This record gives sequence, C-alpha cells and structure tokens, in this order.
Amino acid sequence: MKSLSSAFEGKKALVTYIAAGDPDLDTTAYLLKLLDTEGVDVLEVGIPFSDPLADGPVIQQASQRALAGGATLKKILGMLKDLRNEISAPRVLMGYMNSVIAYGQEKFAADAAGAGVSGVIIPDLPFHQGEKLASLLREQGVDFILMVTPNTPAERLRGICERASGFLYCVSRLGVTGESGTAGASPKEYIDRIRSHTSLPLALGFGVGTPEKAALAAEAADGVVVGSALISLLEPCGTDRELLRSKAVPFLRSLREAVGRTRR
Amino acid sequence: MKTSMYFGPFGGQYVPETLVPALDELEKAYLASLEDPSFSAEMAPLLRDYVGRPSPLYFAPRITESLGGAKVYLKREDLNHTGAHKINNALGQVLLARRMGKRRIIAETGAGMHGVATATAAALFGLECVVYMGEEDVHRQAANVARMDLLGAKVVSVMSGTRTLKDAVNEAIRDWVTTVEDSFYVIGSVMGPHPYPLMVRDFQKIIGEEAKAQILEKEGRLPDQVVACVGGGSNAMGIFHAFVEHPEVALVGVEAAGRGVETGLHAATISAGKPGVLHGSYSYVLYDGDGQIQPAHSISAGLDYPGVGPEHSHLAETGRASYVSATDDEAVEAFRRTCRLEGIIPALESSHALAHVYRSAGSLPKDTIVLVNLSGRGDKDMDTILSLQSKEEQS
Repeated sequence: MKSLSSAFEGKKALVTYIAAGDPDLDTTAYLLKLLDTEGVDVLEVGIPFSDPLADGPVIQQASQRALAGGATLKKILGMLKDLRNEISAPRVLMGYMNSVIAYGQEKFAADAAGAGVSGVIIPDLPFHQGEKLASLLREQGVDFILMVTPNTPAERLRGICERASGFLYCVSRLGVTGESGTAGASPKEYIDRIRSHTSLPLALGFGVGTPEKAALAAEAADGVVVGSALISLLEPCGTDRELLRSKAVPFLRSLREAVGRTRR
Repeated sequence: MKTSMYFGPFGGQYVPETLVPALDELEKAYLASLEDPSFSAEMAPLLRDYVGRPSPLYFAPRITESLGGAKVYLKREDLNHTGAHKINNALGQVLLARRMGKRRIIAETGAGMHGVATATAAALFGLECVVYMGEEDVHRQAANVARMDLLGAKVVSVMSGTRTLKDAVNEAIRDWVTTVEDSFYVIGSVMGPHPYPLMVRDFQKIIGEEAKAQILEKEGRLPDQVVACVGGGSNAMGIFHAFVEHPEVALVGVEAAGRGVETGLHAATISAGKPGVLHGSYSYVLYDGDGQIQPAHSISAGLDYPGVGPEHSHLAETGRASYVSATDDEAVEAFRRTCRLEGIIPALESSHALAHVYRSAGSLPKDTIVLVNLSGRGDKDMDTILSLQSKEEQS
C-alpha cells in the first residue's frame, strides 16, 4: 500500500469520495476496487451519519441510503479490512465526531489502522478540538487530515499547517459539499496563499464536479477531490455492477484526463 | 479563545473549519459588549419598555392550597412580549449582530417561539431574517409560522432528516457555513458551539436575577427549590444561574419523558442519553450504538430535541442540579390544572415543570418555597390541546 503523501508524488492526484454502504457495503467494496483500478490516487470513504451538517443534499441522501441499508462504522471497518490487500490506493475515512465517540476514540484509531486506513478526516473536529484523536491516530501511523477554508486567517492557517499531516484538504469555497451553482473562480491565489505555509500536498475539494472544474482546480492544487458529482452519477445505478461500471469509467477517465497524469 | 470553552468536560467547538473564524469574531464582539456600557444602555430600555421586564413573580395561592404543601411561586416569563423567555436572548443577539455589521439573521425554531422572537427582533431593527423549521413543526405550529410571516421573516420548511428541530439546526448551520461573512446565526438555546452556551445563558440570566430579588423581597429568603423545564435548556439556565452559587437552593430540571422513557419515545436527554457531539458541542445526546442521533419525542415541540446544553450536563454530572422527567400525559394534566386553578394557560413546555411540582410539592413542609419558571404561555398549544380533546371525546 502506498502512503498518503506518495499518492501525490510525480503527478496531480485524483481523490474521490463515496459514502460507505450506499446503497450497500458489497457495492461499496466493488466501487472501491473499480476506482483503484481506474487510477484514482486517494479513496475517501464516508462514514454515514444521521446529521451530516457539513454536507449538501447529495451526500446527506447518500448517508440516509447507507443507514437504511444497515451500514455501521464497525461493518465499514470490517469491509476495509477485507479489502486491504486488494487495493493499492490509500484509503481515508471521512466522518463525523459522534460516530468516533460512539465507537470509542482509542479503538477507532487502532481498528482504522488495522483496516489499512491511511488517514482520517473529521469535518466537525477542528484541530484545537481534536488533539486527543490526532495523537491516538498518530500513534497508529494514521494521518489526521485537516481542512483549510477560504476565510481561514493567516494565524490559524499557520496553526493548521504545523499540525497537518498526509495532505491538506483545501475547501474551495464557503459552504457545504456539492454543487454550488456559482462558477468557481480561479483557485490559484487561494492555493498560493496556503502553499506559502506548508510543503504538504494540497487537495482542493467541494463543488468540483466536472472535468472543467477539475482541470481548473488541478492547475493550482496538487490534487482534486470529487464526491457529490460521482455519487449523483452512480445513484440511479443502484447495485447493478455493469451499470455502475459503464457510468463510472468514462467519468473517471475524463476526470483523470482533466487532472493530468504528470506534474508540470 | 479568551474565555473557557468548557463546562467541566462539556462544551467546546465541534464545527466545520469555516465557522471557526466566525465563532472567534462572535466571541470577541460578545466579550466587548460585556465591557461596553453603551450595549447595556441600549439593552436595558428595550427589556423594560419593549419586552415588559421585570416579569412579575407571582405567588400561586390556589396551586399552593390544592397541594397542601410547599408555597409555589411562578416566574411569569409568559407575560413577556412574544409570549416566552425567548425574546430576552433574541434581542441580545440581534443587537450584537447589528453591532457586528451583519445584515442577515438566521435562526432555527422548534415550537416557533424562538423563531417568532427572532423575527420580532429582526423587524425591530430592520434586518433580513430567515427561520429554519422542521416540516413536521411547520404543521403542528401553524399559528407561529403565520406570525413569523407577518413579522417579515422567511420561514424555510426543512425536509431533511426527521424534519424536526434537530434538522432545522443542521439546515441553519449549513446556511451559516455558506453565508458566514454577512449572516449572524441567532441560536435559541444554551447549546451549539462556544460561545453560544455562555452567551445565551448570559442573555437569559436576568430571569434568575430578577426572581432572586423578588423572592427576597416577598419572603425575605431564597427559595428551597427552583424548577424549570429543559429541552435545550435556556429558560432553566436563565433561572438557575443566579442560584448556582447558593448550594442550599435545590435546582431541578424537568425533561420531556414523552410517552415514557422506557418506550424510547421521549426527549429525556440527561436522564437517558450519554455524552456525545451534536450541533457543535460535547454534551449529553440521545444516540444509538453506532452514534446515530435518535429522534426525540415530546408533545411539546419546544422540548422535542435529542440534545441539551453543555452547562446542564455539567450541573448534572457534578450533582449541583438534578434532572427528572415528566410524560406527555403528566404535562397535559398539569396544563389543564394550571388553567383551572390560576387562570393561567401555560405553555406545554412549562407544563412539564409544573407537572413535577404537582407530583412532588404536596409532600413538602408548608414553609418550603418552590419557584417555578413559567417560561411561556400556552396560546400556541391550543391546536395540540384541541386535537387531544377531540380524540378523548371519540374514545
């Protein structure tokens, strides 16, 4: 398995997000293998939560489908453990703090490492609140991935960069996940500002749903995160593997093309 | 952070990174307002002439007589403008928003009382106001929806999740994450990320401060017991705060037991929940083994919330306050009894506090003084009560 930072070496990284268990865990396992085969560099795996306050409607509904399908954090970790030798791209768990509290923070860190997880993102756990979990993860060799937003002041940005590991998740705009409707301005100025504080790879996400937007994002950042757009595309396919493959592959290839295969 | 974010282990800021600068800015503005005499100079006449403060402390002779035990006093927050204690906090936060140069106000509401209070304050200062309300609550509190509309607020019916208060909070937070630069989120209870639990309590503590002075004047001593209903817990923190430093005064919070805590259909967060994270703070929460938030149930929309303010969790863990619960049936019985005995129609929320008094104060010695926060009036609950009555008549 590759380390998280090596996923960004020598090329712009394509990062995808899918909600685990949407609509069932077997389908998620199938999709993760497919995404890996299609050259996705980092696989974000969402832990469904009843109250995902940082997510827009697409991921909210995906979470609801996953919960209706019986997904739990325990089962998700079990699935990832079973897959650990079948996938080469590093996996990152993304979920909300109450899921981790219910599971137990120590046990979560240990079991995530045991399931081959390379990093964890908790969108409702800013660094000044997450020191305990960050150190438990660090002890297990799992990166605690932090987020930066366009309104993060310089002083706080320095604090985030001092503590960040793996890569930095740069939120493209104020808002929740998914399409914003507003055209994305060039992210170059934003990314340059962050880059002056850190040498970690910078992945740009939120609202990057088309190859055009991905290309624009990849011009400035080291990686591009695509979530809601992929989920929306696959949702009508249900659990039909052939349909999933036929929808996913062309989209992933166009994203791959847009993001570029090599660092300029 | 200049002030502590925590009450014991509870509280904190479990929020998306986007909101961290906004919470810093809010804390700064809030602390500055405490030091700034012009803020209280603006607030005090509003509370007096617009809200109608101080609210009376009323000795309830017929409740007292019917119980044959403790003397019962009611703190009449139901007499405030807009009909509940919510206006104290809404005015404070909207004043703060105006000072911070925010032109747009966001709020969540369950029963609609906080929504009405916020829409009122926004109208008073000519600010745009958007209120998020679960679709289910929009139906059961139609009169309050109409009031907000009249006051110029836009009510957004929330269709996500369980379509109740917790989902309205999620949606308000999602709005705020998107509009953080020009919007101010007026949270209606002592919940949410720091500094809200502290700030809302401070805007509500006037209830207890007044009650303390009033009872000293009437009885020459402090009460033995202070009782208030607890959903998020703002009216309870408001009346408790002035008495926390007097250990001889028992503080009792009454949660909504819905159809009974044992049925799972309840909102008794401290009695039956465990510590977790909901809506930005670490506190007692109702959730299952996988961490999924459990829908709450209560006949009163204002208590129908699966979380509770972090300071209540702290008061519960340290034993300074005790938390009990009352069922839907007990609350309705207390509602009716209060109407008949005192000519006061209490809110169904406040009726939970009264229910605890009715079942416990009769056995207390006659010189015991019980102070109840009558946090709101029951006009808004007429539909609920009428539909109950028609069901009873049919059966």
